[in-house]
Amino acid sequence: MLDATEGYTTADGRKIGGVVMDMRNITLRFGGVEAIKDISFDIREGEIRAIIGPNGAGKSSMLNVISGFYVPQEGEVWFRGEKRPQMKPYQVAQQGIARTFQNIALFEGMSVLDNVMTGRLTQMKAPLWAQAIWKGKAEREEVENREICEKVIDFLEIQSIRKTPVARLPYGLKKRVELARALASEPKLLLLDEPMAGMNVEEKEDMSRFILDVNDEFGTTIALIEHDMGVVMDLSDRVVVMDYGKKIGDGTPDEVRANQDVIDAYLGVSHD
Amino acid sequence: MATSNGGADEYRSIPALLHRNATRFADKPAYREKEFGIWQTWTWSQVETEIEALALGLLNLGVNKGDFVAIIGRNRPYLYWSMVAAQSVGAIPVPLYQDAVAEEMAYVLGHCGARFVIVSDQEQVDKVIEVQDQLHQFEHMIYLDARGLRKYDHSRLHQYSHVQDQGRAAREEYIEELKRRRESLDYDDTCVVLYTSGTTGKPKGVVLSNRNIVEAARSSSEFDHLTAGEEVLAYLPMAWVGDFIFSIGQGYWTGFCVNCPESAETMMTDLREIGPSYFFAPPRVFEGLLTTVMIRMEDATPLKKRMFDTFMAHAKRVGPDILDGKPVSFGDRLKYRLGELLVYGPLKNTLGFSKVRVGYTAGEAIGPEIFDFYRSLGINLKQLYGQTEASVFITVQPDGEVRADTVGVPAPGVEIRIGDNGEVFYRSPSAFVEYYKNPESTADTKDAEGWVATGDAGFFEEDTGHLRIIDRAKDVSKLSTGAMFAPKYVENKLKFFPAILEAVLFGAGRDHCVAFINIDLNAVGSWAERNNVSYASYQELAGHPKVLDQIQSHVEEVNRSVAEDPMLSGCQIHRFLVLHKELDADDGELTRTRKVRRKIIGEKFDDLVEALYGGQSSIYTETAVTYEDGRQGKIKATLEIRDARVVPVQTQPLAAE
Repeated sequence: MLDATEGYTTADGRKIGGVVMDMRNITLRFGGVEAIKDISFDIREGEIRAIIGPNGAGKSSMLNVISGFYVPQEGEVWFRGEKRPQMKPYQVAQQGIARTFQNIALFEGMSVLDNVMTGRLTQMKAPLWAQAIWKGKAEREEVENREICEKVIDFLEIQSIRKTPVARLPYGLKKRVELARALASEPKLLLLDEPMAGMNVEEKEDMSRFILDVNDEFGTTIALIEHDMGVVMDLSDRVVVMDYGKKIGDGTPDEVRANQDVIDAYLGVSHD
Repeated sequence: MATSNGGADEYRSIPALLHRNATRFADKPAYREKEFGIWQTWTWSQVETEIEALALGLLNLGVNKGDFVAIIGRNRPYLYWSMVAAQSVGAIPVPLYQDAVAEEMAYVLGHCGARFVIVSDQEQVDKVIEVQDQLHQFEHMIYLDARGLRKYDHSRLHQYSHVQDQGRAAREEYIEELKRRRESLDYDDTCVVLYTSGTTGKPKGVVLSNRNIVEAARSSSEFDHLTAGEEVLAYLPMAWVGDFIFSIGQGYWTGFCVNCPESAETMMTDLREIGPSYFFAPPRVFEGLLTTVMIRMEDATPLKKRMFDTFMAHAKRVGPDILDGKPVSFGDRLKYRLGELLVYGPLKNTLGFSKVRVGYTAGEAIGPEIFDFYRSLGINLKQLYGQTEASVFITVQPDGEVRADTVGVPAPGVEIRIGDNGEVFYRSPSAFVEYYKNPESTADTKDAEGWVATGDAGFFEEDTGHLRIIDRAKDVSKLSTGAMFAPKYVENKLKFFPAILEAVLFGAGRDHCVAFINIDLNAVGSWAERNNVSYASYQELAGHPKVLDQIQSHVEEVNRSVAEDPMLSGCQIHRFLVLHKELDADDGELTRTRKVRRKIIGEKFDDLVEALYGGQSSIYTETAVTYEDGRQGKIKATLEIRDARVVPVQTQPLAAE
């Protein structure tokens, strides 16, 4: 097991730092259903961490615990060396955790730019009345925020749809806009809930490249849920495998691939 | 030759012109690029500083006089500066097509022996790395956009801004050397080497001297009265001679501002924002725009549609005459003014053509309807005829003598003669020096007296003195009946129909002509939507009987029009089929500049050609295709072959002239 403060070096030579997010013995129940059963794992600075598992394994619930949307009945969430008290999702966002959703959750009627700008919302300090008359601090803030958004737009190569209403975009681009909105908040930890679901091969390749580039360029720590095994094994540094709410594997893609429990969960076991 | 702009003999290179502009137009915008949603501007004096820093950096990296520096990327000010920086240190810039695959690049980079490569981003870096083992002379690569390149081995890789920083730091050390090299540049030094895409065989490196470029820029700028106030949008490939002449030659000669779009996809928005006053586009851009306008007008409200139709009909009648300054009645002028207010003005604004003073199209023949559409709106769209070897200009259309079917009169300083076989030859100060490392091709193309063979067949109209181009001289051949076979002439007529994207005519050595046709998915798709024709794929739409009916009527109309010309009446299409896939440069069926490779298509689809001549009514075929990500696949289809009505004519054997 790795030490909490010590990092490690990945196969491709990237330096991974200490623990950023530490999930300790998390249990989450919905009435009588135990969605997550006593799971512990950590996410380290600068790494791409994947959470995989069959349908209904509790992956999205796990992500929702990290993002503060669900409060676990048992267990502790430690973020940057501190135990996180019960928080509202927006407070979690203010701490520097941003996410995208499995089912795209954008403002359909608004332009791409406006959607991306909403990613800056938690950073806007000017009071509402000042923003309404758009003077002084509010104006300065808007200019600063727009600059950051434009860099993200440039980074994700969506300049040509900057002013297009989101409703008019194809699915693959909407996913990219969602990523843009998450990036606009300059997150320390980025949570991606099935970023490639429903995409064709080309779109998946683009998205993989963007995820790698985000990690490389901004040093953003990324936790992602994904179904496409090829993508997961290529992208991630370490993988957590869940099945029926339990953790059945944790380690590098190669370790996980060789894990008998994981093979059983994915390929099924004969019962004779 | 002394001119009002200062004698050309004073400024015998692009760097010399740069220095002049930095003095004369110091605070005037020279370049703009949209980045992060805002137009960033550089003045001429800033540009000189940037280029100097890069040139010093190149010296620092060890660029020698006569070295080749390849430049690969989309139109960006930094890459334009790279070319001039390379020239400043006595090196020769070689711009490459950025969408070329690695092997194509390997050939050009190996042929010119580029020691240095300046590229835009990771995509291009990867391509060069992929082929670097084949390149013995390659040493250093400089990139603009650092994204994704952090982990790359940087022993031979340098970031553009770092090269500039190092250049600035080493200014003391190298500035004298830079000045010496810059000032030694003369008219006979090579300005640029441009590789032509070539419809056949390997690309050839056209060596253009400073004389070629500066003279071409000077005379063409004077011809169209270009001033330092012009705005152009640089969006065509940097490896293409036209872009080099417009964005660098004329830009540096007159000192106008070159605007670079944010990305290839935002070109239309950027065009609107800039509103260029001098604009160049190949016919397909104008065609595409017109198709978009027409499709959108189909969906407009009845009132708007009626207004559009009424005023466009009026514009078609009097617009070109008003543009040419011919007499037009007061009433018609008044109605045209009203149309300008209600329809033409807003339309031009939407297209980004509000300020266009001079517009050019070249490269392919443009459809008369398309040409007239833009001219009737009051856009001074003209045609020119040119090629890389001529530094673009061979013939141009003077204001007031613009027509769709000719390419104009000889450009200033250009002499033209027509060879015995109908081939066009020219001689001018802008005619190229040679093909790099290819004396045989040079000798084949340019004779001792400086006459250059264009490879195109054409003739001068007797009454107007305008040149008309029929086809490539080598493509013009004979049917087995002896009648003239000019495929391009007929293909162009077909392509003027919005429904037809490409056409390929066969008939050389046969007794009649047959054709392959590609539908235009945009136009036909929109038609299908309006007429409740459902389809699931390109292939299905292309094979739809109603689509075939429509194409058949177009083919028959072309046959009627071809039959009117006794010399070409043998080129009527007897049978045709609509191809099940779009012809694509990735499959080698088109050149990178989207010209049809007839021979390759004929060989690839030989079963279809045989079926067309064999009298079958349908044929099953399998075709290998390459997808955008490089994977190979197969398309299977059964194609219907149709007979088209032809106008009976007396076969006229081509007279041996």
